[in-house]
Amino acid sequence: MRIVETMQKADWPAIISRVVGVAVLVAGVLLAAGLCTAAPQDNSVPSIFDSHSTPADSIRHLSHFVLGITGLIFLVVFSLLSYVVVKFRRRVADAEREPAQVYGSTQIELAWTIIPILIVVVLFLATARVIHAIQDAPRPAEAVEVTAIGHQFWWEFRYPKLGIVTANELHVPVSDAAHPTPTFLKLLSADTDHSFWVPQLAGKTDLIPNHPNGTWIDPHETGLFLGQCAQYCGTQHAKMLLRVYVDTPEDFNAWVRGQQEPAKRDEKEAAGRHVFETTACLNCHAITGTNGTGRFGPDLTHLMSRRTIASGAAENSAQNLRLWIQNPDSIKPGSLMPAMKLSDADLDALVRYLETLQ
Amino acid sequence: MSSDVLAIQNAEAASRPWVETLHEWVTTVDHKRLGILYILYALVFLIIGGIEATIIRIQLMRPHNDFVSPQVFNRMFTMHGTTMIFFVAMPILFGFANYLVPLMIGARDMAFPRLNAFGFWLTALGGFLLYFSFVGGSGLYGAGSAPDVGWFAYAPLTSRAFSVGHSADYWTIALLVSGFGSISTAINIIATILCMRCPGMKLSRMPLLAWLNLVMAGMVILAVSPLTAAQIMLSIDRYLGGHFFDTQAGGSATLWMHFFWIFGHPEVYVLIIPAFAFASEIIPVFSRKPIFGYPVMVAATICIGFIGLSVWAHHMFTIGMNSYANSFFVFTTMAIAVPTGIKIFNWLGTMWGGKIQFKTPMIFCIGFLLQFLIAGLTGVMMSVAPFDWQLGNSYFVVAHFHYVIVGGILFCLFGAFYYWFPKITGRLLNETLGKLHFWLFAIGFHLTFDSMHIPGLLGMPRRIYTYEPGRGWEIWNLIETIGVFVQGIATLIFVANLVLSYFNGPKAGNDPWDAWTLEWSVSSPPPVYNFASIPTVASRRPLWDLKHPEDPDSHYE
Amino acid sequence: MSATTTPLPGIPGAWKLPYRGKVGMACLIFAESAIFTIFVVAYLFYVGKSLSGPTPREVLETPIFYTVCLLSSSLTVHFAGKLLERGRRGAFLLLWVLTIVLGALFLYGTGQEWHRLIYEHGLTISTNLFGTTYYSLVGLHAFHVTAGLIMLSIVLFFGLAGRVGPEQSARVDVLSLYWHFVDAVWVVVFTVVYVLGR
Repeated sequence: MRIVETMQKADWPAIISRVVGVAVLVAGVLLAAGLCTAAPQDNSVPSIFDSHSTPADSIRHLSHFVLGITGLIFLVVFSLLSYVVVKFRRRVADAEREPAQVYGSTQIELAWTIIPILIVVVLFLATARVIHAIQDAPRPAEAVEVTAIGHQFWWEFRYPKLGIVTANELHVPVSDAAHPTPTFLKLLSADTDHSFWVPQLAGKTDLIPNHPNGTWIDPHETGLFLGQCAQYCGTQHAKMLLRVYVDTPEDFNAWVRGQQEPAKRDEKEAAGRHVFETTACLNCHAITGTNGTGRFGPDLTHLMSRRTIASGAAENSAQNLRLWIQNPDSIKPGSLMPAMKLSDADLDALVRYLETLQ
Repeated sequence: MSSDVLAIQNAEAASRPWVETLHEWVTTVDHKRLGILYILYALVFLIIGGIEATIIRIQLMRPHNDFVSPQVFNRMFTMHGTTMIFFVAMPILFGFANYLVPLMIGARDMAFPRLNAFGFWLTALGGFLLYFSFVGGSGLYGAGSAPDVGWFAYAPLTSRAFSVGHSADYWTIALLVSGFGSISTAINIIATILCMRCPGMKLSRMPLLAWLNLVMAGMVILAVSPLTAAQIMLSIDRYLGGHFFDTQAGGSATLWMHFFWIFGHPEVYVLIIPAFAFASEIIPVFSRKPIFGYPVMVAATICIGFIGLSVWAHHMFTIGMNSYANSFFVFTTMAIAVPTGIKIFNWLGTMWGGKIQFKTPMIFCIGFLLQFLIAGLTGVMMSVAPFDWQLGNSYFVVAHFHYVIVGGILFCLFGAFYYWFPKITGRLLNETLGKLHFWLFAIGFHLTFDSMHIPGLLGMPRRIYTYEPGRGWEIWNLIETIGVFVQGIATLIFVANLVLSYFNGPKAGNDPWDAWTLEWSVSSPPPVYNFASIPTVASRRPLWDLKHPEDPDSHYE
Repeated sequence: MSATTTPLPGIPGAWKLPYRGKVGMACLIFAESAIFTIFVVAYLFYVGKSLSGPTPREVLETPIFYTVCLLSSSLTVHFAGKLLERGRRGAFLLLWVLTIVLGALFLYGTGQEWHRLIYEHGLTISTNLFGTTYYSLVGLHAFHVTAGLIMLSIVLFFGLAGRVGPEQSARVDVLSLYWHFVDAVWVVVFTVVYVLGR
């Protein structure tokens, strides 16, 4: 009975609002702490706050500033709201009279107009500075140049000065602050809109047909950085994944040399090469030294130098290669690779041949 | 006495065959009935859109899920967005405007009753056409070809080359048709407000709901038209061999983006401003004070209307505009935060010094205040273009706009339902169920949409039917899905409340909330002619003046 | 409490609000202007960007005569309205018919120009960017002229049946407003296509 009485007399609105307020605050603190400490060392979580490249770093620093200001505004207004909801609730004793009917106050209106305007000016200036720093950054002579062409649903990467054509997995050298070697990408599209987003390296920039764009990354740690297409481009937008390998200068040069060599010609697998050259494969795919000069699909000259196939949708293993060629829809339903309908013998020979393309 | 008239009407209604009643409703030009039709239509599509959202969330519950195929998923998010914006939010807000504006300005109906009906039926046809796409037409992937191009249908994905069959056409034509309906209704609202106010109701004495719907209607006229134009251009491309967005012929994909967002951004203000209108009517009544700073509220809304026409390319920060263009849109987007913030402060100022009653309409508006504050701040974060280069097109954006639309607009709409349902039906909604609805929905909302910001920060783009494991996205996606079911249950409770109270709710009387605007001076529901004699008003709160003849507002205005 | 609202103290004096027909038409004009603006922007954006095919300079001939027809029809419709206000029904009908004839002449001129462009120069809506933007913009305008002519003809029909008098002045005025809008759009389209775009 005492409990029921106490419950009935309790000031529920005040209690609830206080509990909610505390809960929100605790949740917010936990969230912030979790986010800041969550990123594991191995870059498996592509967090925008785990930046490892100059443009991503600039964005992160700016974001701290913005989060600070918006956080402060939230605290002030939330406190006001909580206070008002508790202090000015109708009490039973005083319910009959209406409160003072206040219509407004010019001074207060001015105050809460001018202060936000000042905040806007400060935010705008901070922002404009970073926009300019990133978008109008000068290109040093040692920069690596890559042309990225977006396709439905894979990435074509060309290094025009190095004579390299590859797909889906980008290799770039690590950049040293003393001697910067950033990578500047020219962004084109062969079909619809795409977007290049590797959060730890830079903000995203779109690839739009008939509208060349550019972006740059300046990574200062080696490692593998993950990303994916960030502009809806059709059925398999979700599996247009990106892998950016930031290599030491030695590793990068070794990789370049490997990519510059023509396709390995292993006479043991001539049968498989024959399958490639006499089926529709060569309409879409190129392998140097063969008749295949198709550009609709990825260049396969150094297929085995990549860890994944189908733009990251599957690991690059013989089994997956076989499955991909036989029935692409089982890995990436809706991709534009047709099922090749090869006999088992042809398929095995082809896969063995492809496995030689280091 | 109008109650006698009503009694006679009801007695006649009881003995009429249902075909006649149906015919009356189908051919009605009465703003109140059309308002109800709009609202019921929108509620049906709210359920359908909610089912589409549930399908999306079940698919995304865990990585590499196979609840639906990518083709179906892509149709789901396209239809969910298109449905919710064009066939839920716009009709329901037009419905409330239709019902309330004439009553609040002392008029008998809208300026053009037949145009009103025309507008509603065009909107209805548009919705039907969009959903017919599930069974009609032909597509590359077999039976059913609902559009799968996203609700903003970027070119050249919508060209014949990349969207075979007719799915993109269903999107285009359905919205074209309902767009004409929206423009018709907007014209009607403006003409009504400018030409049909009762004597004494100068523009400066109009309820804020009327002012805000006036601004909203103006924005519809200026913003929906560019979408109409762009859709005509898209159809010319698809069927007459035009090249507006044909990049192979030198056309521009970004031109579509500009045209779409010149519509798309003002559109979201079209949606939020009527929600502001509900809050501006409910908060004063339940704080027992007039709105704080009426002239400033009007001025701020007009500012939002104008500035809102200049911010569109903040949806396009990643498309490669030069740094000057980007900076311009950063500035205008930040600028619009100022009048919006002023409104939040004015609502707080209204509550300050008041005697707040925590009835259901009010607690929904308090939820709106908190959530709209957060949504506005995440918007400010994205107005910082470099930050948007990370946040844009990710789940952070999805979280932001759902925070505004669900946390802001829908909460105000729920408040509006609880506030005006008694006027429309004559019966009060159940308070206990209302509070249960609020708390359950709030919990579900925060579970889903608070969590949703995080995958965005961790690199998850939007519009993906599945995702890779090990990126830290799984737990948040799971929590989001759980929240959807909580919101679903809360919505069912709401619908149950609507149905039960319609038949069994306590009688409301004319003025259950002790409010001050003209709609509370007539019976609940109002007679078909609204007012037996057109009222004359001398202040912004005519009923306050009547109830407090010793201290009327007219002495202070 | 009854539904009748007690009138409040203080007669506000003559309470005059704008005519809703005019306000409605003004809103429609704003909406249509927004649509035309988008087509004009597309036209200007694509000037000089066609990858092939005939250019404006090569094939366009400035339609001075037909422009004069259309713009004069604004004058005739204006005076027709004034005459109707004063009850001069016969004169009103005469000027009204003249308006329709001038508008129809303009449409004929557009059709003639399109015939020449298609059959002599091979320019269609799918030829190149110029073709697409030209036919869309001029076509959208011609569509609005057609709609206007239909409405003018309806009024003519009722006028000939003796049903249009000074009491219908306000409504006839609203239609004239639309017609003036159509002419104003032509001034813009003409400038953009035949002056700036070449």
